[in-house]
Amino acid sequence: MKEIVIKTDRLSKRFGDFIAVNEISFEVQKGEIFGFLGANGAGKTTAMRMLCGLSIPSSGTAEIAGFEVYKQAEQIKRNIGYMSQKFSLYEDLTVSENISFFAGIYGLTNREIKEKGEALVEQLGLEKETKKLVGSLPLGWKQKLSFSVAVLHEPKIVFLDEPTGGVDPVTRRQFWDLIYEASAKGITIFVTTHYMDEAEYCDRISIMVDGRIAALDSPSKLKTQFKAGTMDEVFYQLARGAKRGD
Amino acid sequence: MKQFVNFVRKEFFHVMRDRKTLLILFGMPVAQILIFGFALTNEVKNSKLIVFDQAKDPASQELIAKIEASRYFEVERSVMNEQQMEAVFRQGEIKMAIVFPAGFNSGLLHEHHAQVQVIADASDPNTANMLSNYLSAIVMDYQSTRSKSLVLPYRIVPEVRMLYNPQLKGAPNFVPGVMALVLMLVCVMMTAISIVKEKETGTMEVLLVSPFKPILVIISKTVPYLILSLVNVASILLLSVFVLELPVNGSVLLLFGESVLFIITCLTVGIFISVKTDSQQVAMLISLMGMLLPTVLFSGFMFPIENMPYPLQLFSNVVPAKWFYIIVKSIMIKGLGFEAIWKETLILAGITVVLLVISLKSFKIRLS
Repeated sequence: MKEIVIKTDRLSKRFGDFIAVNEISFEVQKGEIFGFLGANGAGKTTAMRMLCGLSIPSSGTAEIAGFEVYKQAEQIKRNIGYMSQKFSLYEDLTVSENISFFAGIYGLTNREIKEKGEALVEQLGLEKETKKLVGSLPLGWKQKLSFSVAVLHEPKIVFLDEPTGGVDPVTRRQFWDLIYEASAKGITIFVTTHYMDEAEYCDRISIMVDGRIAALDSPSKLKTQFKAGTMDEVFYQLARGAKRGD
Repeated sequence: MKQFVNFVRKEFFHVMRDRKTLLILFGMPVAQILIFGFALTNEVKNSKLIVFDQAKDPASQELIAKIEASRYFEVERSVMNEQQMEAVFRQGEIKMAIVFPAGFNSGLLHEHHAQVQVIADASDPNTANMLSNYLSAIVMDYQSTRSKSLVLPYRIVPEVRMLYNPQLKGAPNFVPGVMALVLMLVCVMMTAISIVKEKETGTMEVLLVSPFKPILVIISKTVPYLILSLVNVASILLLSVFVLELPVNGSVLLLFGESVLFIITCLTVGIFISVKTDSQQVAMLISLMGMLLPTVLFSGFMFPIENMPYPLQLFSNVVPAKWFYIIVKSIMIKGLGFEAIWKETLILAGITVVLLVISLKSFKIRLS
């Protein structure tokens, strides 16, 4: 029996009359790469914000890394990493300053920061760039650095909100190599994306339509279920029926 | 605590890396003091004056010489008739004219009565008023030297003492004003911008997801500006003592203590603005229009509050800079101690607490 690290039960978020997230229930196992898909406005970001402790649910329950979202937000924060859809490192700080700042925020000791920081720089091949301002790096490197920083404190789960937006296909592939590596280490990956080729890389995916989870399974089973050749078709079949959009 | 230091260090990196902003931060107080000290002054010196002398007799010449000798006026030229005089006024360079009627001297000698006409360009009423007062004073002075030989039954001589600022210099008025202005600008605008910037770039979300407490995020973002502002206070005081020769009459320590209080007030305002806005431009606009303007208008630094309509006088009470201005003036110029300014200090502290509670409340609402 695999360990469950994310578990939600009829989790909902309402803003006045608008139900952004409508009773979603799902489970994610340790080390799994879980794709969280949906058209714009389907409620992905709101759902993810609740799971990260950035937003308080209106009803339902959710357990992240064994902690309860309502009462144990602090413990949850210690056990997760987060990468937002906007590039989220400081452009006016150098690579090594960014690493030590974010590691420091998570309470890593100076020795840990040094060791892990060096390993990270080596893994990304950024040895010559540590003293450079992050703003001067190409976008692909920034994204990879951003991901590596998000998992530096070895969280149980890392949440990635459209991490590869605007990145070229080669860098995207390399980015996913990093994700596989993290997953192999036992880090659970919770990722939202608009790219259907990326959806294929996931162990399981859920597709949200109008605040509900319309489908949830492995990419191959979903294709069989919807009698579709590609994930693109599956997604289109489901999202076409959506009542809300941008 | 280690995390906090880590965060504050990062904030200093931000401030130090941004050379242009840094230059503005430290250059602004220096520039303002120098500009207000040497260029913008409402003291009158060597004002140009024209003379229309129809008398051309010993008395009028004597009086003109006296005017010329004073440091307030410089006789630019003489005119021959009224048309010429009007033409000169229209050009706008001359602010004042003095007209002697024919027979000025004989009037004085034989009738014990003579008139001079003083004409001022009142398109700037304050200057016109001031200049005509100075000129009247010179005329009075001349009269009293002439009549010294005569024995009057009695004379009342008012002896005027200008307390705290005997030379009526402008510096005692504007140094405290510049201090309030600079602190307001640095603390409110820079804090608001730096917090909103984190929101704009998306780093704020990452920080909020981290175990670092949101309230600490805000506090550590304000620390560099607190320190920078204290450096600014020090540089303004040094400039005023050594360049403008305006000593600090009261306790320097008390002055710094009160400055810290005002800085905290401003930082709180900055936090409040940053909580309410989402873009750097809006934050900047609100800081400038919403805070800087009231500071200039209602602190009493440029416009006397006592002359304003009552509702505006009431409003001035909620402008923190007004109280800080009074406090700084009391300590710096009058050399008073805490017992004289505890009331103002208490009001300033009160405003700070209210602002702090409001901004923390709205910050929490944003989080949920």
